[in-house]
Amino acid sequence: MSLQERQPVGVTEDGLDYDALADLLGDRVIGREHHLNAEGFVVRPTDVEETLELLRDEAGFDHLSCLTAQEYEDRYESIYHLTKYDDRTQELSVVVPADPEDPVSESAAGVYETANWHEREAYDLVGVDYDDHPDLRRILLPETWQGHPLANDYHQDRPQLVPFQEHKNPLEDDHHDAESDTMFLNIGPHHPATHGVLHLKTTLDGEQVADVDPDIGYLHRCEEQMAQQGTYRHQIMPYPDRWDYASAGLLNEWAYARVAEDLNDIEVPEYAQVIRTMGAELCRIAAHMLAVGTFALDIYGDFTAIFMYAMRDREKVQNILEDLTGQRMMFNYFRLGGVVWDLPEPREEFFEQTRDFLDDLPETLEEYHDLITNNEIFQKRVIDTGVLDPEDAKSYGCTGPVARASGIDYDLRRDDPYGYYDELDWDVITENGGDNYSRFLVRMQEVEQSARIIEQCVDLLEDWPEDERTIQSNVPRTLKPEPDTETYRAVEGAKGELGIYVRSDGTDKPGRFKIRSPCFSNLSALESMSEGEYVPDLVATLGSLDVILGEVDR
Amino acid sequence: MSNEPRDAISGSTDPQTKTREARIGPDLDNRFNSKLREAFGSSPFILTKFDKFMNWVRGSSMFMLQFGIACCSIEMMHTYAVKHDLDRFGSGVPRASPRQADVMIVPGTIVSKFAPRMKRVYDQMPEPKFVVNMGSCAISGGPFQEGYNVIKGAEEVIPVDIHVPGCPPRPEALVYGVVKLQERIANGESSPVTVKPYELEQFGDLEQDELVDKLAAEIDEEDLVMRYNWADSP
Repeated sequence: MSLQERQPVGVTEDGLDYDALADLLGDRVIGREHHLNAEGFVVRPTDVEETLELLRDEAGFDHLSCLTAQEYEDRYESIYHLTKYDDRTQELSVVVPADPEDPVSESAAGVYETANWHEREAYDLVGVDYDDHPDLRRILLPETWQGHPLANDYHQDRPQLVPFQEHKNPLEDDHHDAESDTMFLNIGPHHPATHGVLHLKTTLDGEQVADVDPDIGYLHRCEEQMAQQGTYRHQIMPYPDRWDYASAGLLNEWAYARVAEDLNDIEVPEYAQVIRTMGAELCRIAAHMLAVGTFALDIYGDFTAIFMYAMRDREKVQNILEDLTGQRMMFNYFRLGGVVWDLPEPREEFFEQTRDFLDDLPETLEEYHDLITNNEIFQKRVIDTGVLDPEDAKSYGCTGPVARASGIDYDLRRDDPYGYYDELDWDVITENGGDNYSRFLVRMQEVEQSARIIEQCVDLLEDWPEDERTIQSNVPRTLKPEPDTETYRAVEGAKGELGIYVRSDGTDKPGRFKIRSPCFSNLSALESMSEGEYVPDLVATLGSLDVILGEVDR
Repeated sequence: MSNEPRDAISGSTDPQTKTREARIGPDLDNRFNSKLREAFGSSPFILTKFDKFMNWVRGSSMFMLQFGIACCSIEMMHTYAVKHDLDRFGSGVPRASPRQADVMIVPGTIVSKFAPRMKRVYDQMPEPKFVVNMGSCAISGGPFQEGYNVIKGAEEVIPVDIHVPGCPPRPEALVYGVVKLQERIANGESSPVTVKPYELEQFGDLEQDELVDKLAAEIDEEDLVMRYNWADSP
């Protein structure tokens, strides 16, 4: 590839040189904006594809992390948040204003596959019309929905009609001849293998998948609207728990805490950072255990030993988390500037309980490996099925264990450090297979790494001097960031890069709150992973992607 | 476990036990003497109304629908799994098909796109059927009640027998809710099936208005639709 031969444009020793990037784009840049995380280049709605192509090929921006669309008084705006898989700290926003009367903007789906779904979402919720988009239809709301709910003139009380129609076979006409025929199969929205309410419109050719179109939105519960209605200080924090609800609450809360602390310039005491790190990794173990348990459930098809073991271990983690936070699942434990309370008293007991869990973990994992990893039947089902190439993974914006199983060495805990991770000793796990087996292996090994992190945190917390245990910094009661401050920040959630874009409008509530969900991007890759595979492999692939529909649909 | 019945029972029913033993002979293994049998004493039959007996049977052996929607379904899985083990109460085996299920636990937020599907799944369950609402979202929309897309409770669409509040309810709470449902069933109670605010209707039967006119080109007269009058929602 050309990138390996020469240095990408705009990269200097101390980071990005935005002026060099602006020179690269020439007169396509019609203005510059400053966001807290990156510079924003304003480009014309007709230059989007060219601009992004140049930035991807010449400047190495191979990761379209997120697309935010929003409506201002005088314009619509789409912001493409670009970054690099090799260096997450190098970020760039491409800001595309569109006409308020006729918001047409060129599609980026030709450059990044992930733009396809993101633009459909932006069209659905905000109403920006993407020109040359391959398939611009609603993605979260029903086809017959009236209006765009995050646009300014939307009336929530207007009646809506939702049809309950039979789905059509999209391939019926072009695959029909005397010998062969295709069959349309609905998987979901109520189906045990879809991990919630996902609907896969599958077209089969014999037993092979000829076309699969994930139909999402059956759990679209307006998370962005809810966040835009809440005040920064306390009212938003309970919602992140409910995005990725596989007990990954603290990881999600951290995404909001990080972006809001960035926006309001809040420092977090070191002691609180250690507690956060420990809690977040406990959540990661719980989330990965659920992924392993339900993945085995998909493959073996019954509520048997592995599922029960996974649940047993999750119970242990949930007990620890309940002692720490007071709740089993919806923790609401982080506060801006720290955590809500200190470790439970007596501390020794808490440390002992956590250590007991960690001490038992290697043996427990051994059990899983005996039952699953080394099981020939399991291996037959998952090795070399659902293969995702690294190039595809990057184009679809896959992150987290899904990307790492395709050999992409990308983990925000290390690449864009936050919390206490850079002080601790742990490894980023990658596998090169890209198949269902690799994704499973990555999760199993990440559990071990999380345990390592927790162990170090427990040691640190135990020796922390008593008079330096500050759990919260001083944060004003009402937070009103400067109007039109914009930032996009991400953390490594259980499923990958969980990012949030916030624009302040001068009040104590966000003007725009956009969630970049890792599951959403990971799920969009399903189509390329499962075409030509057998139906059971499609189910295995879906299981190994480990999507949580609450986070896909938000 | 001891093979002997507990003293309190064997003592109190001693005379009957003797009669029974005389009837069934000496060779029967003691383990076959269930508590129920002990309670019946010497007479191997009871008198009751058939309906009552059927209700008791129904409440004591319920098949749940494996129906995961949102966050609560994770706690629901914990309720089924080790430690809480809902099966202990005779209502634990989740069935993937609605046609094999008696009870539907609604564990999550119902949104506009899902309500017609949930209604259809409910319709597919054979009578008699029961519904347990798990968590605040299924009860009222919960933390998402103000959302533009959120149904203000499953009861807007289907009849509900038991509400288990919480966000999410602990597994213990769900177990309690299910046991309460069993009690109700054993007493022959269930919530009345009434017309709900949101029903599946044929498009052609809808009253003509601006919205119906607008969508007339997209939807067939015979297609089923669900109409949401958000302004009238509680």
